[in-house]
Order: sequence, then C-alpha cells, then structure tokens
Amino acid sequence: MSDIVKFKIDGKECVADEGLNLVDAAKQNGIYIPTLCHLEGIKPAGSCRVCNVKINGRFMTACTTPVVDGMEIENSTEDIQELRKIIVETLFVSGNHYCPACEKSGCCELQALGYKFTMLVPRFPYAFEPKEVDAESQKLYIDRNRCILCKRCVRSIKSKDGKSIFAIKGRGHNAMINIDHELAAQMTDEEATKAMDNCPVGSILKKERGYYTPIGSRKYDKEPIGSDIEESVII
Amino acid sequence: MSKKITIEPVTRVEGHGKVTIHIDDEGNISQSRLHIVEFRGFERFVQGRPYWEAPVLVQRLCGICPVSHHLAAAKALDVIVGAGTGDGLTPTGEKMRRLMHYGQMFQSHVLHFFHLVSPDLLFGIDSDPAIRNIIGVAKKFPDLAVQGVMMRKFGQEIIKATAGKKIHGTGAIPGGINKHLTQEEKDSFLNGPDPMNIDKMISWSQDALAFLKGYQKENKDFIDNFAAFPSSHLSLVRKDGALDLYHGVLRAVDSDGKKILHDVDYQDYLEYIGEEVRNWSYMKFPYLTEFGKEKGWYRVGPLARLNTCDFIPSPLAQKEFEEFKAYTNGKPNNMTMHYHWARLIEVLHSAEMMKDLINDPDLMKGELVTKGEKRSEGVGVIEAPRGTLFHHYGINEHDQLTMANLIVSTTSNNEPMNIAVNHTAKQYMQGQPIITEGMMNAVEVAIRAYDPCLSCATHAMGRMPLEIVLIDNNNNIIDKKRR
Repeated sequence: MSDIVKFKIDGKECVADEGLNLVDAAKQNGIYIPTLCHLEGIKPAGSCRVCNVKINGRFMTACTTPVVDGMEIENSTEDIQELRKIIVETLFVSGNHYCPACEKSGCCELQALGYKFTMLVPRFPYAFEPKEVDAESQKLYIDRNRCILCKRCVRSIKSKDGKSIFAIKGRGHNAMINIDHELAAQMTDEEATKAMDNCPVGSILKKERGYYTPIGSRKYDKEPIGSDIEESVII
Repeated sequence: MSKKITIEPVTRVEGHGKVTIHIDDEGNISQSRLHIVEFRGFERFVQGRPYWEAPVLVQRLCGICPVSHHLAAAKALDVIVGAGTGDGLTPTGEKMRRLMHYGQMFQSHVLHFFHLVSPDLLFGIDSDPAIRNIIGVAKKFPDLAVQGVMMRKFGQEIIKATAGKKIHGTGAIPGGINKHLTQEEKDSFLNGPDPMNIDKMISWSQDALAFLKGYQKENKDFIDNFAAFPSSHLSLVRKDGALDLYHGVLRAVDSDGKKILHDVDYQDYLEYIGEEVRNWSYMKFPYLTEFGKEKGWYRVGPLARLNTCDFIPSPLAQKEFEEFKAYTNGKPNNMTMHYHWARLIEVLHSAEMMKDLINDPDLMKGELVTKGEKRSEGVGVIEAPRGTLFHHYGINEHDQLTMANLIVSTTSNNEPMNIAVNHTAKQYMQGQPIITEGMMNAVEVAIRAYDPCLSCATHAMGRMPLEIVLIDNNNNIIDKKRR
C-alpha cells in the first residue's frame, strides 16, 4: 500500500497517494488541471504542455510529475492561465480547426479549452500547412488538419496482441499521425469508437456515424470542461 | 451622351449583387444586367471530406435558409446510405425533417415580407430612403414590426427543436434525424404564452395575407403590372399534384399552364436541366434542355409553386389558393409582384402544417435513422423558400465526397430577374433626363420580389451604400453619386 502524501495547490491542503501524477492527484481533490494529452490510466507523455503548473517556482508539466510530500503547486495564477491560453491558441493556428462543421464540436476538448480560456480571436498567424487526410481505413477517417500530436491514440489504442495501431511518422513540423491499415482492419466497432472518443479533437472520426448526438446533449454543451472535477471531491 | 448606371450593392436582399443599366445616346435602355459578384466554391472544397459532413458543411452557404441546404444535402445522402429516394425514412425521421423545413419556410418568408419588403409597400418605392427600412417600419407601425419579429422567432424555435440550433444545426443526418421532439417543446409550441403559440401564428399569417390583399386592391395597377412578364414555372409537386415543399416530383408548366416537364424523378435532373455560364456573372443560368438556352429558362419560388401545383393540402391555405387561382382564371400567374401573395399563402400553409406535425405522436418516439445498401451517388431536391434547390453528390469507396453540384434556387431565377430588371429600367428610366433614387429602388423592388439569396451567402439588410456611376462611351467616369 502506497503512502499518503500532503501537498498544496494554490494554497489548498490536498492529499493523495505518493507517486500519483499531479493531474490525477489534483482531480482527487476536486481541482482541475487542464490537459489535452493526458488520459487517466495511460502512461503520461507530456506532449501538449497545457497542464503546465509552477512547482516551487518552476514550470513543470503536471501529468508527468509525481506528487511528493510537501509539494507546493501554483495552478490558477494569472501567468499560468495565460501560458495555457497561448498554448491552446498555437494549437488552433497550427491546424485547420473548422469548428462549425466539425462533428466533434461540443465534445472537443481543444474547443472546450478555447471557451474556458475565453479565446476570442487568434493572436498568432495561421500556419495553413497542407496536411492530408487518410480515409483508407474501413472504420476510421483520419484528418491530420486537426491533429495536435498528443499521442493519445498511439498510447491507448492497441491491437489484441499489444501492437500500436497508430504511430507518429516524421519529426519536428513534419511529424504526423499514421494508422496501420492492416491492424485497423481488425478493429471492432467498439475499438473504433474508443479511438474516436480518446482523440481530444476531431482528428479520428468513426465512419458513417457523424452528428448522432444532438446539439444540447453533447459533452460540453451544458457545463464547461473541468466542471465535473471541480464539483466533486473524491477524497 | 450614353450612360452606364450601376446600382451596387443591391439592398434588402440576401448576399451581394449589382445592377448595371446602359443608356444610349437617345436615352433608351440598351442593356440591363444583374451581376452576382460573389464566388461560392463549396462544390470544390467539400471534395475529400467525409460524406456525412456535407449537410452540416454546405448549409454554411447561407444564414437565412441554411435548413434548405441542410435538408437537400441530407436527402441526397439518404440515397447514398440506401435510405431510399425521399420516401424511405422512418416516420419520425421524415416528420421531424418536415417540421424543421416548415419552421424554416415560415421564418424565412416572414423575414422577407416584414423586414425586407414591407418598407416598400408601407412607405412607397420612391419614398425617403431614410425611413424606407425596417427601423422606419418599427417606428411608424410598431405592432406590425413586432408581429414580424415574433413570427420569425417562432419559426426559429421550431428549427432549434428539430435541428438543435436556430441557425446551422445538425439535426438531419444521412438516413434520418438525430433527435425526437420533447414533451416540453411540444407544449411550448401548442400552448406557449401569447403570442408564442401555433394558433397565434396561424392567425397572424391570415392577418398578413389580409393586409397584402388590401394593399393589392388599392394598388392594383402597380401590383399587377410592375415587372410582369410571361414565363415557364418549375417546382416539386407531390405525386398527386399537391403542393409539397419537402419532397415530390419535378413539374414545369409554361405561361399558359401547359405541362412541359411531366412529374419526373429528380434523381434524373441532369436529363432535363442544363446550366449556361455567362462571362459577366458568377451565377449560372439554368434551363430546360428540351427547349434550349434561349427559351428553356423558368421561374422558381412561391409564385412558380402555386402555378405548378393542383391544390394545397391544408384547409386555410387551400381556400386562399382558390382565390389566388381565380384571379387569373386558373391560368398561371405571371405577375412578378404576386410572388408576395404566393409567399404569404405559403406562410399560412407552413403554419398549418407545423400544427399538424407538432400534434403528431410519431415525432416523440420511434426509430430515428434507417440505412440500406450504400450507393456512390445521390441527388436531393427540396423546395427552399426561394425555390427548387438541387444537391448532387458522389462518393468514393473510402466514403469521401468526390463531386458536388448545387443548383440553388436563386440561380434558377437568374434569367427572370434579369428580365425583371430590364422591364423596370425601361418602365422607369427610359427617356428620363434625371435618374432619381426612387427609380433605382424600383429596380431593386423588382429583384426583391424574387427574394433572391445572391450566391446563397450573407444577409445584406438595410441602408447599404448605393453608388451610381455615369460612364461615357469610352468608359470614362463622368459623374458619381453615393448615398
């Protein structure tokens, strides 16, 4: 049994199992640390940087930082929120996120964070990088224009014998998400749905089932992202 | 000295267009044209997108009647997903879509009549432009203005209940619809506080018709003769000849009422309709191929629909229809300003149909979606507020759109609007030493009767800049006026 540690987030006394990453530890204490790449139960990647917090005065990604006794964390200060907003804005301008017609609209975590940080207009120039879609899979449509390279799909969607169905191809600004068509052909409907649900944006779409959830019933139609965490304290 | 008069942009219509009128040395109108100066491009940039995105993506063509594009695209994709060619949906799927469409028809027609047209009727086409607008109407006729606003609101609430949002919803999906009508929504439409209930909407629709008919009686010469000319008319009709705004077969009649397109399946529309391109406008010129480019043009919209159908399947509107038909002894009505009369009869019909549907139990339960064997191509046609709207899509084996062809309603009215502009220019400007603002507005009134959605784009309402440029034979600007 792991030890319980005490730590503070924005001055609030918190407790959690030692070694738990800060995003999940904060969640257990009813505190929301925004993230786009983190998935509970999956090894963290620290790729989106949205969960940046200040620990003992230094910026660190909360999803890759294990909580230790006596840690003092700044989460909701003005400079941290501004930094997160900038990251979200750069993600928007580096892709082609056409929310009005995207079927993930209302369920999209990037869009939800845009609302949370009151992102009204883009401050940065659009990259308009030409990116190709991959529609060859039987069950999935991959739109790289919307991919934020969070690697959630790479880490969480595996074949029955543990192989990665998704992978990142290329490096730097040439990096792009790729799908193994042979392995993808063996995916069940449930696995394809899980791949779409795990994608924080509208980059992975399950074919032939777009817009089935009516407006008003979508994930973030009623409450902003993080509200469920802020309303409930597990510990 | 010859002159070229430019009216740019045309006001109180949806979208952006301009009119040029050429006057020769003797003061005669030598040429009049309505130019559409916007470019859409939707047919190209939807290519490569997954097919189920089309109804949500293409409706962004317009903010006034996006539901029309939403539903026309969904109908085309019904064919692609194997849900039949317009009659294969579940009762819930079809009736929810119909309710959405009648809500759309109601609010769009109301917007056109009250917000865009009523200033011309209430103040006169050559009245002071400072008051000849919706603000002027609101000041002088506040009850009428409120009525227009609330009727439009009701139609938009219907759209919200069926599509999820008042503008650019997602309700119609390939093979059906994504929601039921809730008990709360049903109650609010049937028994909402005055005036927001369906009975009041029916009553107000009758009032609007009575107002227009009274105006027509007092201004018979103007209403009957302004920009009137004989033409063919085309629309969908139900298989039994009834007015049907959501689904049917294609029928066209000539100016004497003779059928020239015999209730054909719109899946084969390319066999009957061609499109001509002219180098001075982004809008194409559709025509019935059997009669060629010169003679095959036709009108669409409310006037055309009441000219092609045999009856209206709702009692109050049918009574009005009988009066409408009697006015021309059962022959097609070719009077351009009677578009307004036909439009208001459709407002009443839409209100009646909405009441029937709201009371229909199928809307609150039952299967939402149906699918069958997939096909690679599909055509969806609907009667949009402005007329017959064609959507045609093709897909590849990876579910990507490979082609899209849209013939929007206003496109079909392109030639008629140009003729109407020419008629009006000759009637009001020929031989006149001075061109007044009132004369220019007369040209706009002729265009406005068609309720055009120029390039199915943005809504341009109110007092926008109107520029007149006088140009000599050598294209030198000799005078310019701007209001």
